[in-house]
Amino acid sequence: MDTLRIGAGVGFYGDTFLPAIEMIQKQAVDYVCFEDLAELTLAILQKDRARNPQEGYTKDLIPMLKATLSDAVKNGIRIITNAGGLNPRAAADRAIDVASSMGLTLKVGVVQGDAVLNRLDEFMPFQHMETGAALPGDIRSRALFANVYLGARPIVKALEQGADLVITGRVADPSLFLAPIIHHLGWDWDDWNQVALGTVVGHLLECSSQVTGGNHGGHWDAITGLDHIGFPIAEIQNGDEIIITKTPGTGGRVSYDTVREQLLYEIHNPHAYRTPDVVVDVTGARIEEVGPDRVKVCGIKGTPRPQQYKALLGYQDGYMGQGMLGYSWPDALKKAQATESILRAQIARLGVPVEEIRAEYLGYNSLHGPLASDQYADQLNEIYLRFAVRTQDRRAAEQISRLMVPLALGGPPTASGLIGVDRARGLMGLWPSLVDRDPVDQNVHVTIEEVRG
Amino acid sequence: MKIQDMAYARSSDKGDHVDISLFTYTEDCYQQLKDLLSAEQVRTYFAPMGIGIVERWEVPGLMALKFVIQNALDGGGSHSIRADNQGKTWSGALLRLAEHLTIEKPRG
Repeated sequence: MDTLRIGAGVGFYGDTFLPAIEMIQKQAVDYVCFEDLAELTLAILQKDRARNPQEGYTKDLIPMLKATLSDAVKNGIRIITNAGGLNPRAAADRAIDVASSMGLTLKVGVVQGDAVLNRLDEFMPFQHMETGAALPGDIRSRALFANVYLGARPIVKALEQGADLVITGRVADPSLFLAPIIHHLGWDWDDWNQVALGTVVGHLLECSSQVTGGNHGGHWDAITGLDHIGFPIAEIQNGDEIIITKTPGTGGRVSYDTVREQLLYEIHNPHAYRTPDVVVDVTGARIEEVGPDRVKVCGIKGTPRPQQYKALLGYQDGYMGQGMLGYSWPDALKKAQATESILRAQIARLGVPVEEIRAEYLGYNSLHGPLASDQYADQLNEIYLRFAVRTQDRRAAEQISRLMVPLALGGPPTASGLIGVDRARGLMGLWPSLVDRDPVDQNVHVTIEEVRG
Repeated sequence: MKIQDMAYARSSDKGDHVDISLFTYTEDCYQQLKDLLSAEQVRTYFAPMGIGIVERWEVPGLMALKFVIQNALDGGGSHSIRADNQGKTWSGALLRLAEHLTIEKPRG
């Protein structure tokens, strides 16, 4: 029976693509999907595009293609990626240049039409997905991007036309992986249980090493080889079960525990995980270890896809200034707290408008905040104060973070290790909405271009 | 028994919400934590972090409890100025609550 093998290339913008090179060179897969976009990623790409209209795709894309494309083409492995981000067209142009310069012959597919910022009028009032509020004018005027989460269909179209490399913008993460399954195995778009199973493949793979032993909350210290962690591979046949495994000869682990952990990750209601292609119910899932680093998943149910697409608008909303300063025993925490008081007094004296001040103590409560235990607070070896502010004024943010510098001499004793005092970071508010499919689909374009080496 | 030998958890963000999954190693622990960790219990515990509604789902087939803590990240990861702007460590905080409750009300 024909087994389709799909691998995860990266799990986010900035992830390593060495594991992808390895799985391609070992011919362990038929397709590799590089999932590059998180909510925060579009904000980063927007900044790039604002500086240069020819940018807005991930900077990893070109090095990633240079490292993998030649072997992929040679081994007949097709690549799908949403690294096109906010500018899939420009990304594809660069990809074509790279492929040409490498002397490769291949077809490049580009999916466009997810960006709706320039045609927001058609989608007004662009109600907030949760509160139902209409998009206010002052938020709209500060919008940085607005993109619809497209489904698997346009990618399938590109594959049908022979694309060896498909570059998209905002496509829902699991849809990237569902597309080759639908294309290769000829699954019916209306067979909701099958589409749900294919979507679960995508969901399990989209965060790369998070299903192969990375960021594992369980017995993480029993997992070996994280220095050479293998990225996940799914094996799919016609039927109601899939196998999750990883590149042979790599570290990490695929187990019952790593798979159930990723299956429920970030899906909110496990009875109704909504994607553009299907609504998935994972509550009846059965997960079974069937061999070393081989886990079977079945029992996935689906119901018809949502009537509307999800869209996300990001808008500029102030700046963060921050800095960190360390103190040692004795009275480490007390010294750091005194520095917080000094900074607060100096901010008040400056009279700059500040929306939020946050003081966190690394080694004590910087992560759990008020929930942290204070059992050993007065005996800590050392403490870093992390001091951060949010303000609408970039200059104020930078002015405040610089207040830390003179405290190296003019504050409590033992101040050392000053870090993080640099340019203010732009902050972004998020406005999720639901939009009708038709006006979006009418503007989704799939183009195929041939490169002849 | 330490909580780490009974259960583990992973958490992250989606927009302004923190999504935490908690998994137990045995059916017995699942029943125990399911009874102890109500949505209200979790809401009260996380309240000092500044949060909204807490939703809870049970997935007995995977010995898992799922909590979604709404409006928990000061507007979301891209807007928050916290060190943990994506709620990645809230899993550990939930385990601490679970540990506290199991010590307070041991089973049997």
